[in-house]
Amino acid sequence: MQNSSIAKRILGQDRNILQLLVITVLVFALMSYLNPDKFLRYYNFESITYIMPELGILAIAMMIAMLTGGIDLSVVGIANLAGILAGVFFHSVIIGTSQSTGMVLLYTGIGVLMALGIGLLAGVLNGFLISKLRITPILATLGTGQIFTGLAVVLTGGPAIVGFPDAWNFIGNGKILGIATPFILFVVVAGAVAILLTRTTLGVNLMLIGTNPRAAIFAGLRKDRMIFYSYMMTGLLAAIAGVILSGRTNAAKSDYGASYLLQAILIAVLGGTNPAGGKGRVLGVSIALIALMLLSSGFQILRFSNHLIDFIWGGFLLLVIALNAFRNSDR
Amino acid sequence: MTLFRRSEFIIACILFAAMIIIGLINPAFWSLDNLFGLLRSNVIIGIMALGVLVVMISGGIDVSFTAFAAAAMYLTIKLMIYTGYEGVFLPFVAATLIGLFLGAFNAFFIHTFRMIPLIVTLGTGSVVRGLLLGLVGTSVINIDKMPQQLIAFAKTDLVSLTSATGTNFGLTAMILIYLGLALVTHLFLTYTMAGRSIFALGGAPEAASRVGFNTRRTLFFVYCFAGALAGFAGLLHGSMIWLANPRDFAGLELDVIAAVVLGGASIFGGRGSVIGTLLGVFMLVMVKNSLIIMKVDTTWQRVVVGLIIIVATALTAWRDRKKLV
Repeated sequence: MQNSSIAKRILGQDRNILQLLVITVLVFALMSYLNPDKFLRYYNFESITYIMPELGILAIAMMIAMLTGGIDLSVVGIANLAGILAGVFFHSVIIGTSQSTGMVLLYTGIGVLMALGIGLLAGVLNGFLISKLRITPILATLGTGQIFTGLAVVLTGGPAIVGFPDAWNFIGNGKILGIATPFILFVVVAGAVAILLTRTTLGVNLMLIGTNPRAAIFAGLRKDRMIFYSYMMTGLLAAIAGVILSGRTNAAKSDYGASYLLQAILIAVLGGTNPAGGKGRVLGVSIALIALMLLSSGFQILRFSNHLIDFIWGGFLLLVIALNAFRNSDR
Repeated sequence: MTLFRRSEFIIACILFAAMIIIGLINPAFWSLDNLFGLLRSNVIIGIMALGVLVVMISGGIDVSFTAFAAAAMYLTIKLMIYTGYEGVFLPFVAATLIGLFLGAFNAFFIHTFRMIPLIVTLGTGSVVRGLLLGLVGTSVINIDKMPQQLIAFAKTDLVSLTSATGTNFGLTAMILIYLGLALVTHLFLTYTMAGRSIFALGGAPEAASRVGFNTRRTLFFVYCFAGALAGFAGLLHGSMIWLANPRDFAGLELDVIAAVVLGGASIFGGRGSVIGTLLGVFMLVMVKNSLIIMKVDTTWQRVVVGLIIIVATALTAWRDRKKLV
């Protein structure tokens, strides 16, 4: 009795989570069947926990933008700009001088703050354009995405920035108690966002605005301000993803992760987020993320080319759209 | 509506002012060589923009057409080399049909599953490009292997001149194809029932279907039209630069959408004109190409394009502003 009510609460009202779990198990079974000796290795799952977080955080950011019926096409631009800005900062203070570990840690901290700061600032710009100037989210973030990527090109001149301090790389490559640091960060971020969306006024308001913007305004919700906050959040999350990405690869470049945009949208939609607004859960996005990471790692082991994996991602997106349409037409 | 309040007039004024400023910074802007070059750069983006304009008027958006253009170009040229076919007309028909077929795919998903066009076209674009690069190939077909007729066709000049330094330059005849397509699109949008149905669908889909427009047919037409134009532009692009690179056009969709929005089309549908789009395309191409003339570092190009999108959309959002919601 107790168990079933807890399960019901976690699964929620929609059958979406259940469907996702089934997809995940199917993908897992298929991949284990296709590469029995290589897929089921500890090493494979460990590497997934390193690659997954940056994409997962971007997908959660995308979901937050979709809650109000918007979209954020600038997340990848923000992520790269955040990593590059920190990289430029490290080059200006650390290279050439041998400093004590304390100083390096301090500089790394400043670098993280700078990266998160630029993410927040980028989010403020998006929020301002969308909620105050009333530009459609698609076009506003398309434009700012170009600006952020463009600024990243201007800062680097094109090539990648390499040589981050060890403490920075620990964020993307390290281990805490045998678990990947980025994975722990992902769990913390996902948990925080989940609480924010379900337990705070801001989160509930965002859902209500997404469900019916007009009714939300007549009910006295401060729509503009809430949408503004939601884009600040996506900017901040994108910057966190940027820090993890540059920490993992020990490099930052203006065109890293270009295919992440499609993948983040795909994971958000697959996770049960309604792009028209009003519906989206962190748990759904997280399960969708795991399903797709298993899928892509399996195909990589099968030596599919990256182009074909892009094809599979796109095909999966279309398949999910069709599936969701059929499920909704049942009711 | 008087002439002065039309958005096309305002865009033309801004364009004219920008031309004068660029000309003042570097008089070389006004040289025939540079102007002909600018017109030439308009052709491909412009033809694609006509398709995106029609999609936007219908209230949709398309980000997959660049992948379709690459697929149409690469497949057609590969096929021409394989069969040894020498000719110009049929390959362009083939490329157009490939684009049209892929566009129908977009329309099918958008109509059948009632999904947001942006997400559908992101998916189809990724599928088409993934298949093209993963299965057909990634190697560039260079000038040695390119069908010579295509190159010769695209080389046709309207005017040929010799500059003071002795180099030849000319105005490409491809500009006529572009302007011809623009004229046909304009007449179609303004004077045919099918053209008006696109405006009706974009303005108010529910009302359009209530008064008896076949919204399904309109939707299919719109995305097929955009795909067909992209396919045609793709092969023309390959012919004009004398090589076929399957990775071409990546990221170009942003420029094209920016140009259409700059030309006064509304992303909510129901508004937009061919003349505005022609001006928007010229403006975008001119600003991008003139950065070098104005001695601005080319790394700033993307920032400038982004700024143009923001300014143009802010202006149209202000024009289309609604109260409350």
